[in-house]
Amino acid sequence: MVLVLILVIPCVAALVALASPRVAPWTSLAAVLATLALAVTATLRCTQDGILYAADRSLSLDPAAALYLLLVAFVGTTAALYSIGYLHARAAEQGAGQPPRYRQYWTLFNIFLASMLAIPLVSNLAAIWIAIELTTIFSAFLVAYEDRPKALEAAWKYVVLTSMGAMIALLGVLVLYYGVSRLGQAVTWSGLLAAAPRMQPAVLLTSFILWLVGFGAKAGLVPLHTWLPDAHSQAPAPICALLSGVETSAALYMLLRIYPALAINPGIASPAAWYLAAGLIAVATAAFLLFQVHDFKRLFAYSTIEHMGIIMAARGLGGSDQLGTVYQFFAHAFTKSFCFYAAGLATVVFGTQEIAAVRGLISRSPPVGWALLLGAFAIAGTPPFALFIAEFRILATGFGTGQYLATGLLTAFIVLAFIAILYQVGRITFGEPAASAGTPLPATSVAALAVAFVPVLVFGFYLPAPLAALIRQAAALLGGAS
Amino acid sequence: MTPGTPELALALDGSIAALFVVFGLGVVVTRQMLGTLYLFMLHAAALTASAIVLAIGLGSPHLVWVAVITFTTKVVAVPLVLRWAAGAEIYERREVDQVLTIPMSVLIAAVLALIAWVAADPLVQAVPGHPFAAINLPTGIMSILFGAFTVAVRREGVAQLMGLLIMESGAFFASISIVSHLSVIAEIAAAVDVPIAALVIGLLIRSIHRVTGITRVGLLAELRERH
Repeated sequence: MVLVLILVIPCVAALVALASPRVAPWTSLAAVLATLALAVTATLRCTQDGILYAADRSLSLDPAAALYLLLVAFVGTTAALYSIGYLHARAAEQGAGQPPRYRQYWTLFNIFLASMLAIPLVSNLAAIWIAIELTTIFSAFLVAYEDRPKALEAAWKYVVLTSMGAMIALLGVLVLYYGVSRLGQAVTWSGLLAAAPRMQPAVLLTSFILWLVGFGAKAGLVPLHTWLPDAHSQAPAPICALLSGVETSAALYMLLRIYPALAINPGIASPAAWYLAAGLIAVATAAFLLFQVHDFKRLFAYSTIEHMGIIMAARGLGGSDQLGTVYQFFAHAFTKSFCFYAAGLATVVFGTQEIAAVRGLISRSPPVGWALLLGAFAIAGTPPFALFIAEFRILATGFGTGQYLATGLLTAFIVLAFIAILYQVGRITFGEPAASAGTPLPATSVAALAVAFVPVLVFGFYLPAPLAALIRQAAALLGGAS
Repeated sequence: MTPGTPELALALDGSIAALFVVFGLGVVVTRQMLGTLYLFMLHAAALTASAIVLAIGLGSPHLVWVAVITFTTKVVAVPLVLRWAAGAEIYERREVDQVLTIPMSVLIAAVLALIAWVAADPLVQAVPGHPFAAINLPTGIMSILFGAFTVAVRREGVAQLMGLLIMESGAFFASISIVSHLSVIAEIAAAVDVPIAALVIGLLIRSIHRVTGITRVGLLAELRERH
C-alpha cells in the first residue's frame, strides 16, 4: 500500500494543480512531504525485511531501489519548497508584473516527480524504460518554462537527444526481455540476475551496449552530453536540481544495475572495462571544459558530467566493493541540488548567470555567497563534505587493487576539475560587487537552501545507522551479492 | 490461434520488411513536410502488418495486441495529436530543408543499411529457433539508424520528430520477432507513451514557432559555448 501511495500522491497533486493553480504550490509541497514520509517508511521496512512487494508484484523495492527512491523524494521536497519563492522572484524580474504560470509548472512538476518515483518502484524492466522516457517528456516544458528562445532551444535539444538515446535503449530492453523470459524468469532485476549465468553472451552484451549508448545520452556521458549544459543553463534552478541531482542518475542507476548480470555471465570478459573507459572519458572531458565556461549554471552542469563519469569509473574500478560508487551516487544527488539552489539565488541577486558579470557575491548577499562557495567546495570533493568520503574511498579502492594507471588518471582529472570549479566560483564570490543595492531573497528558497545543506554537511562525518545499513546493502547488491 | 504456413509467413514478412525499409528511407529524404508524415504512417502500417503476420506465423495472440496498439497510436493518434498540437505547421505544403543533399543522404542511408546487417548478425546467430529474426532484426536496426540519421540531418522540428518515431518503430519491428509476449502493463504503457511524446513535442514545436517565428529547429544555435 505504501508503494502504491508514493506513486498516487504526486498524480493527485498534479490534478489539483491543473484544477486549481492558486493553491498548487502548497498542495504540491504537502504532497512531496507526504511522499518523503512514505519513502522513509518504505526504506526502513526494506532495510529490515529485504525486498518489498505491492500491487501483485508489479511494484517492488530492494535496497538499491530504496536508496534512489529516497534521493528523489528528498530532492523533490526541497525543489518544491524552493520553487514557491523562486518562481515569484523570477517572474518579478522578467515579466513586469506577470504572475508565475502555476498551472503549467506545478502540474508538470508533480507528474515529472511521479515518473521519477516510478523508476525504482516498478518491477518490469520495460515499464522502467517507459518511466524513464516519461521523465524526459514531462520535464521538457519545465526546461522551457521561461519561454525564451534560448530556453526553447535547450528544451528541444534535451528532448531530441535524450529521446534518441531512449529509442536505442528500448531495443536493448526488448532484447533483454527475450533473453530473460526464454529462461523462464520474470523480466525484473531479480529475474535478470537469476537468468544471467545461462543467457547467451551475445544477447546480454548487445543489450548492455544499447543501454550504454541509450541511457548514456540521458546520463550525460561524453560524447552524448551536449544537451546537458544547455538544459541546465536555461531551466529554472529547482528543475536543474531535479535534472542534475536525480534525473541523470536514473539512467546511471540502470547502467549500475545491469552490471552484476554481466559479471556473472561466464561468456562476457571484463565488463568493468566498459564502465571504466566511459567514465574516464566523461571525467576528462568535463575537467577541461570546466575551465572554459562563462555561465555559472553551466559550470555545475559540467560538474554533473564529471560526477556521472566518476560513478561509471568507480563501477569499473571497484569490483565487488561498490561502497564508494554508491556513496558517490548518494552524495551527488543532494550536493548538486544544493549547488543549483545557491546558483539560482545568485541569479536572483544579480539578474545574470554570466561569470564575467558577477563579482563580490559574498559582499552583496552573504548567505548566497557563502552557500555557493561551500557548495563549490562540497561538489569538488573537499573534506569534510560527503563527496570527499566517496571519492577517497573510490581512489583508495583503485590504488588498493593495483589499478594504478586508471586510478592515477582519475585522480588527475578530479584534481583538475577541483581547481576549475574553485577558480570559477572564486571569481563570482570574491571581489567588489558592481552595485550595492540589496535584492530581497525569497524566504522559501532560502529555507530550502538551508534544508538541502544539512545532508551536505552532516553526511560527511555522520550517517544514521539505518541509512548506513541501506548504503551497505545497496553496495552489496550492485557489487554482485545476491 | 492456429500457426500459419511458415514459408508463406516468412515470404510475406520479407515483403513487408522491404516496404518498411523503403518507407523509412522515404522519411529520410522526402522534401515535403506532409509527405514525411504520410511516409511515417505507412512505415507504422508496415509494422502493424508484420506484427499480424508474426502473430499468425508464431501463434502469438500478444502480437495481435501489438498490431492493434501500433495502428491505433501511430497511424491514427499521432497524426491527430500533431494536427492539434502543432497546427498548420504540420499540414502546410512546404519543403523541409536538410543539412545534406538528397543523393548524399541516400548514399549514407545505404551505408547505414549495410552496418545494420553486419551489426545484427551476432544477435541473429544467438537466437536460434526464431525464423523471423533473420528478417526483422536487421530491418529494425536499419530503421533505428535511419531515424537517428533523420534527426541529425533534418532541420525541421516535425521531420526530426518523425525520425524519433521511426526509431521507436524500428525497435519494435526488430523485437517482435524474438519477444512475442510483452506483459500487458508494458504494452498498455507503450501505447500511452507514443501519443504523449508526440503531443509534448508537437506543443514544443508550436511554442518554438510562437516565440521564434520558425519551426526549423536546426537553425536554433544561440546556446553554443563561446571560447
